[in-house]
Amino acid sequence: MEVEAGSSARPFPSDAVLVTRLRDRDEAAFALLLDAWSNGMLRLARSFVSTNDSAAEVVQDTWLAVIRGIGQFEGRSSLKTWVYRILVNTAKRRGVRESRSIPWSSLATGEDDGPTVDPARFRGAGDPYPGHWWEFPARWPSPEQAALSGEVRAEVTAALAQLPDRQRIVILLRDVEGYGSDEVCSILDISAANQRVLLHRARAFVRGKLEEYYVSVGTPRGGREVT
Amino acid sequence: MAELNCDEFVELVTAFLDGALDADAESRFVDHLAVCDGCERYLDQFRQTISTLGELPPESLPDEARDTLLAAFRDWPR
Repeated sequence: MEVEAGSSARPFPSDAVLVTRLRDRDEAAFALLLDAWSNGMLRLARSFVSTNDSAAEVVQDTWLAVIRGIGQFEGRSSLKTWVYRILVNTAKRRGVRESRSIPWSSLATGEDDGPTVDPARFRGAGDPYPGHWWEFPARWPSPEQAALSGEVRAEVTAALAQLPDRQRIVILLRDVEGYGSDEVCSILDISAANQRVLLHRARAFVRGKLEEYYVSVGTPRGGREVT
Repeated sequence: MAELNCDEFVELVTAFLDGALDADAESRFVDHLAVCDGCERYLDQFRQTISTLGELPPESLPDEARDTLLAAFRDWPR
């Protein structure tokens, strides 16, 4: 598996060190950031624009804006958050040009309402245990058995592609890129509550797709299972 | 305070994992977890979903774009 440059072998320099080195036009520092962050940026950009080529151009334009603007970076957010905000703004402008603009301001658009688990999985009002599972969710293989299989990756990637744009963007930032809630709200300029609704719906959808997949292949015998 | 049902529990998982439930809601969540194997499994699977998402391999920037950017950085007037 590919390891992001600088992520494990050497400790990543602090923002203060990076910013100083960038302002001193230290090419090694710029290359370090390019290699560490561009991949995540590409994936995120792809949610706002129509093609992979467009996404690559958004990432390029973002880095050019970083080169131009590093002198004005004030350190009020982390460097990476600042770069990601530039990316999101660049990608949004591009998305508008491609008529693929995403309505962040409207909170509930139908796709963000309603239960995230099929209500038919729970007992009805007339039952002695209303709102409880008819049948527990099927067991999954343990994380060790399941985690790195190519098929699982393909399932998850396909599930992400089916999500509404706003849900996909939030889950990409939170769970794929590993940003915290505050950072995501700041990058996307949305409220914590809105962010959580989108994230929860997206996760529940991906969990549901994994469940379908694991049920379709059956749980491996003899292995330890997640109970 | 009413006990939580499973269909309510499943909607609170992300708020719980983010530590965003108030003290009361959190204790109802945990109380339910203690008595319901189905919801405990649901929570585990939610966590497993999140960690699977964190393991997706990245796409990478085309080499020529990387070269262009390094050249732009080099040539940018100080």
